[in-house]
Amino acid sequence: MSPTLVSGASRTGLRIPARVSRIGFATLRFAAVVVTTFLGLLAVTFFIGRVIPVDPVLAVLGDRAPASAIEKAREAMGLNLPVWQQFLLYVRQALAGDFGTSVLTTRPVMEDIARVFPATIELATLGTLIGTALGIPLGVLAAVKRGTLADQTVRVIGLVGYSVPIFWLALLGLLLFYAKLGWIGYPGRIGIAYEYSFTSTTGLFLFDALRQGDLEVALDVFRHIILPAGLLGSFSMAYISRMTRSFMLTELGQEYIIAARAKGLSESRIIWFHALRNAAVPLVTVIALSYANLLEGSVLTETVFSWPGLGLYITNSLQNADMNAVLGGTIIIGATFIGLNLLSDLLYRTLDPRTRAR
Amino acid sequence: MTPLLQVEDLRVSYATRTGLVEAVRGVSFTLGRERLGIVGESGSGKSQTGRAIMGLTPPQAQISAKTLRFGDIDLLTAPPKLRRNLRGGRIAMVLQDPKYSLNPVMTIGRQIVETLRTHARVSRAEARQRALEMLAAVQIRDPERVFDLHPHEVSGGMGQRVMIAMMLVANPELLIADEPTSALDVTVQLEVLSILDRLVGERGMGLIFVSHDLRLVSSFCDRVLVMYAGRVVEEIAASDLSRAKHPYTRGLLDCVPTLGTHRHPLPVLDRKPEWRL
Amino acid sequence: MTDLALSRTASLRDWLLSDRPQSRAQARLGRAYMTWLRFAANRLALVGLVILVALVAVAALAGVIAPHSPTAGDLGGARLLPPLSPGYLLGTDDQGRDILSRLIYGARLTLTVVVLVAILTAPVGLLIGTVAGYAGGILDGVLMRVTDIFLAFPKLVLALALVAALGPGIENAVIAIALTSWPPYARMARAETLAVRHADYISAVQLMGASPARIVFHHVMPMCLSSLIVRVTLDMAGIILIAAGLGFLGLGAQPPAPEWGAMIASGRRFILDQWWVATMPGMAILIVSLGFNLVGDGLRDALDPRESGR
Repeated sequence: MSPTLVSGASRTGLRIPARVSRIGFATLRFAAVVVTTFLGLLAVTFFIGRVIPVDPVLAVLGDRAPASAIEKAREAMGLNLPVWQQFLLYVRQALAGDFGTSVLTTRPVMEDIARVFPATIELATLGTLIGTALGIPLGVLAAVKRGTLADQTVRVIGLVGYSVPIFWLALLGLLLFYAKLGWIGYPGRIGIAYEYSFTSTTGLFLFDALRQGDLEVALDVFRHIILPAGLLGSFSMAYISRMTRSFMLTELGQEYIIAARAKGLSESRIIWFHALRNAAVPLVTVIALSYANLLEGSVLTETVFSWPGLGLYITNSLQNADMNAVLGGTIIIGATFIGLNLLSDLLYRTLDPRTRAR
Repeated sequence: MTPLLQVEDLRVSYATRTGLVEAVRGVSFTLGRERLGIVGESGSGKSQTGRAIMGLTPPQAQISAKTLRFGDIDLLTAPPKLRRNLRGGRIAMVLQDPKYSLNPVMTIGRQIVETLRTHARVSRAEARQRALEMLAAVQIRDPERVFDLHPHEVSGGMGQRVMIAMMLVANPELLIADEPTSALDVTVQLEVLSILDRLVGERGMGLIFVSHDLRLVSSFCDRVLVMYAGRVVEEIAASDLSRAKHPYTRGLLDCVPTLGTHRHPLPVLDRKPEWRL
Repeated sequence: MTDLALSRTASLRDWLLSDRPQSRAQARLGRAYMTWLRFAANRLALVGLVILVALVAVAALAGVIAPHSPTAGDLGGARLLPPLSPGYLLGTDDQGRDILSRLIYGARLTLTVVVLVAILTAPVGLLIGTVAGYAGGILDGVLMRVTDIFLAFPKLVLALALVAALGPGIENAVIAIALTSWPPYARMARAETLAVRHADYISAVQLMGASPARIVFHHVMPMCLSSLIVRVTLDMAGIILIAAGLGFLGLGAQPPAPEWGAMIASGRRFILDQWWVATMPGMAILIVSLGFNLVGDGLRDALDPRESGR
């Protein structure tokens, strides 16, 4: 980016059409990337589901299915067609939200996913909130107190966070907080006492309970979610604090920080407003990425906590060789990844004025 | 009348693995409401001197001096809060490159308003008004529009004028300009200098102009300090520069090519170890 | 004698640290020594190195140091013994097998997975990245598109799906992890290649008539190596965790193989009363993956002083 060109554009106003077309071009390019990535995702799941297994129908229906059902499935999956036509059919079905039927639940996979996904979203969202709320202050602290004991501590916390197997920590947490101390609820999202009286419209239990003003239920839901969400949150904290530290160190070394000091601003304003506001630009990407990681981390966490979300759905399907369900879940998580990437890119553009003009 | 700034035997040193490194080694001068130039090569300690007066040296720097007074305030014993209030309020500083010294994610207007509201109790509307006036004072033609721009949207010369506006908006008495034109195109340099010159004159401010460019400094300042290896080797009125005695100063002067003379080989700056002493 | 030894080490040190190396070998060794000095100054990194060396030693000597068989247990007399029981330092599991011995043999599995994944992914990523970066144009566009597609995938979930299709087992787990691990290396190698591509020394080799293949292999790839090593080391920790996760879900090594993740899964049933069955293998995973993280972190600081402390 050449500064003269940009200022020329804004001074005369004549080049503004060119600027608009540049934004248009970037958006178009970005849309193309999203589409190819999504097609790539479908190509991989197609490959896993249709090409690797010797008989995809058997892989989907299991070997005890009646012959008529097998023939019907063969027809529906278009297995008599050439591979590229099969893939087109597969893409068309996937875009229509048709991932086939689950052997385990005998319902369409999409229906199952729609039912379980909110539980995962709730868990990952709360985890990310916890991770961000703790990770950013810790990272800022480490950067400001660089080289001190506080910095070292944050560094070690981060490294340990990167190294712990989450399912193991979950088991230990369960042992301590559920079995020994009895502080938390287990298993699932809500205690049996409330399971049938409580209706959730959004699928986000905590949100619904609070909205209905039922504090008793809200507390019970909270007791169920806090440990899994806290665990996921501590992982995202490890990642976010590390990245925050690194970004803050970069920003604190910039000239504009010296200029801000020369203006007589207080140190806290310089750190929390000037430096952090600049560090926030790349941090948005990091937080989106860590949210994506938590969706993935939930696969293992949900298994331990019997949390009825997408992760548990996928692992249950795995144990039962329910390929349609596994691949449907994979596509949904992959699509969420792509969506999060898109979102972080858009946020990046709005937060950084320098990319807005481009 | 007490001078604006009194510096006596100022030393700035850094502890490194190989021992104490002194970046500034006993600099002394007094400054009234005048223009003082500090000239030297990179590493001569000129910028460190400016930063020490501002109180902007990094935390690991050790600063000592017999006297370091700003008006009636002893800067050496002044509590951090007071020093912070001085910065931007009564002593301001213009940095080298506006591309890096303006906060990229804040609009120009907000950055100027921020300085003002840190040091003066003014309403939002009034702060905006004064920021716009300040932008006009640094000869920005359309202040209303520039107010809402981000730093990357203006050219280097305009960015430096914004920087000057941001630093002068709270009416400081002393301005330290650290190589304020070195990062700019030559054509823009003079423009920015003349703005700086006029503002300093109009407001009766003291100015410390730090630069490596002896000619520039001598045309712009009343008095020149020539620094070498952390020391002042010569202090001279700008008008007497052609009569400079110290060989280092003479060397700096001779480095500048002049029109009409043809010199080969080009002179190389002499650096004698005994000048360090 | 000690004086002699002392002076010899001192002169070796001087030779290594000489600022006028007489040969290429001396220059190289000297640089390696400098890197080592920076690495060794970091105490945490040394701890990590000790962990990794211990891991390799334990894996190599498993047959000698393991007190019991990893797979055959004493079902009659030694089921679910707590740690520090006589003869069973870390206790036994539900089949009367010594947990310590299983952990020792499990180190072999962990090391195998890590080494295999590194061998499979790092060269592929390096090749794709350097070729894409050096060739540019359409080839670059296509290769990076493919890389980005894989990069956008959830690693663990994709590995799960792959293993589901391929069938459980440690070989398939390695394949699944490898298939999802190479893209970051390709991205990084490409970035490094772009940085040196227009350097003068590359132009010089071009002028001397070197073929693109020679330039990529001899002059570009070596420049990418140090960051690749750092990245691979740091990734090893994540690979151990994914492998353990697959094992935990029953998709990795199959029983009775002493895979640490699978050991946690089997200990899960006894977590309330016999906590050690699941706890011990988790500790092993934590320590080893922490070792890789510490070494990787230290290597990054040592190899790239600019980024030091970041």
